[in-house]
Amino acid sequence: MSHPVLETRGLTIRFGGHVAVNAVSCRFEPGTLTAIVGPNGAGKTTYFNLISGQLPASAGQVLLHGEDVTRDAAPVRTRKGMGRAFQLTNLFPNLTVLENVRLAVQARAGMGLNLISMWNSHIELIDKAENFLARVALAERRTALASELSHGDQRKLEVALLLALEPDIFMFDEPTAGMSVDEVPVILDLISEIKQQKDKTVLLVEHKMDVVRSLADRIIVLHQGELVADGAPAEVIASPVVQEAYLGVPARG
Amino acid sequence: MIAGLLSGDAPRSRILSALLLAILVALALAPFLFPGTRPLDVAAKVCVFVLLVASYDLLLGYTGIVSFAHTMFFGIGGYGVAIALSRMEPGWGAIALGTVAAVALSLALSFLVGLFSLRVKAIFFAMITLAVASFFAILASQLSDFTGGEDGITFKVPELLRSRVATYYLVFGVALGLFLVLLRIVNSPFGRVLLAIRENEFRAEALGYRTVIYRTLANCLGAVVATLAGALYALWLRYTGPNTTLDFSIMIDILLMVVIGGMGTMYGAVIGAAIFVVAQNYLQEAMKAFSGAMQGIPLLPDLFHPDRWLLWLGVLFVLSVYYFPAGIVGQLRARKKA
Ligand SMILES: Nc1ncnc2c1ncn2[C@@H]1O[C@H](COP(=O)(O)OP(=O)(O)OP(=O)(O)O)[C@@H](O)[C@H]1O
Ligand SMILES: [Mg+2]
Repeated sequence: MSHPVLETRGLTIRFGGHVAVNAVSCRFEPGTLTAIVGPNGAGKTTYFNLISGQLPASAGQVLLHGEDVTRDAAPVRTRKGMGRAFQLTNLFPNLTVLENVRLAVQARAGMGLNLISMWNSHIELIDKAENFLARVALAERRTALASELSHGDQRKLEVALLLALEPDIFMFDEPTAGMSVDEVPVILDLISEIKQQKDKTVLLVEHKMDVVRSLADRIIVLHQGELVADGAPAEVIASPVVQEAYLGVPARG
Repeated sequence: MIAGLLSGDAPRSRILSALLLAILVALALAPFLFPGTRPLDVAAKVCVFVLLVASYDLLLGYTGIVSFAHTMFFGIGGYGVAIALSRMEPGWGAIALGTVAAVALSLALSFLVGLFSLRVKAIFFAMITLAVASFFAILASQLSDFTGGEDGITFKVPELLRSRVATYYLVFGVALGLFLVLLRIVNSPFGRVLLAIRENEFRAEALGYRTVIYRTLANCLGAVVATLAGALYALWLRYTGPNTTLDFSIMIDILLMVVIGGMGTMYGAVIGAAIFVVAQNYLQEAMKAFSGAMQGIPLLPDLFHPDRWLLWLGVLFVLSVYYFPAGIVGQLRARKKA
């Protein structure tokens, strides 16, 4: 049997007495976009942190192409093909927009330990970075400092860094939160473009139900750290557990 | 050609370019422009400290590593050359051997300190370097058979270096060359990762950079250059002792020079070291003249008495840090941008 791209087995983390993610087992297949939904504080971001290695698991495993990566540090998992965009914008504030993306391109190219050549001399890396900036409609802001960008533009840059890693697994954590209405389509189009590629796996944490409905091939629901529903979008959205847990409608019967 | 030498990192400010050029010309022609032992001594010290401070900027300004062990590496270089030259034939072979051994020791120490402690919080790293450096200073004074204890080591130099001018140009040439190497390193793909680590280590890790490797490497590079600066300084002084290399007050001087010049700019090291070393050497005299001229006016002669020079140096630094928090280079570049 072939392995799923990504699998979590009984993945758990405890903060003191609080179990933020509780024994979540789930498999993710390429060519699909899985939406992860749940109320605030459900553990969605924490689940992401466990998968991409920002937090150490208290119990359980993360498997990448069948390989156990639970003990690998975050950078190692990134090199193995996991890419992450953060819910809270997480950039290099005093570097330019282009430098931010360029750092991601360079990480992907494995050129970070080059001490001898000039940063400015790697035309191919710069071109690539410019290209990713153009895809999130940020090309004009290339020389601005990341800290000078508007909130919406910072969100776009966050997404550009993820694109530039060219990962197998894209993890978006509320990519459009706080963006103005006219900026959102750029990002959504990008995500749906990625999911067209048969070898890419997309995980998307998203609160907006219309976005989830239009993009997701599958929805999983987290509630108080537990996986409470998993299935096709229409089915999951209609299920009583979601109506109650996520939308706050009390379940009947 | 010039862009290549400067690694594409132009001064980006006309005043700064002029200042740097003036310092370069002054240092390059020092033996002819300022005849006399004292001025040449000051010029050589500027060269050594530019290099030492630039290597510290690699850590503090570019990588965000706070280390107090920089004078230890400076000292290792000084003692390496001094011990070799005092125990062997005073030739180039001894210099080479002493330098290589010192660099190897610095590499090993900086690697170990880096590997064991760069994972921990910055403040703990700073404490550990402080402890290691203090331990090393005590060790140097205790092993007096080897290091000359508090007296240090005076030694002979090879024939060629008995000429002050020749020695000066060795110091100047090596310092300039290594400065350009540092400038290249900070403007390389590696150098940008260091900036990324300074800006947001968490995100650098998420992009796939194993930051502990980068920090350790930066730490080692800084240590090696500091060691070479120490070797140069020893050759210039023909002496190495605790007070010329290991003293904690030198560590404070380095910190001040980096901050005054402007952290994370490399050129700040040039400006900071030049101003500081010149002030350290000539402020006292300037005050003496001033105090003399003020004779008869109440209070002023006392206030500017040469013995107060340290006080005034302190005042100058507080003012400069207060008014130019980004250092002189940062200030000059910001003005251009505005
Ligand atoms: N480092 C931490 N230490 C302690 N508690 C934490 C930590 N990280 C998360 N938590 C707790 O874990 C729970 C889940 O938080 P998480 O951020 O994963 O929720 P979320 O589903 O992403 O919510 P939101 O929709 O608001 O982003 C919360 O109760 C949070 O307070
Ligand atoms: Mg969240």
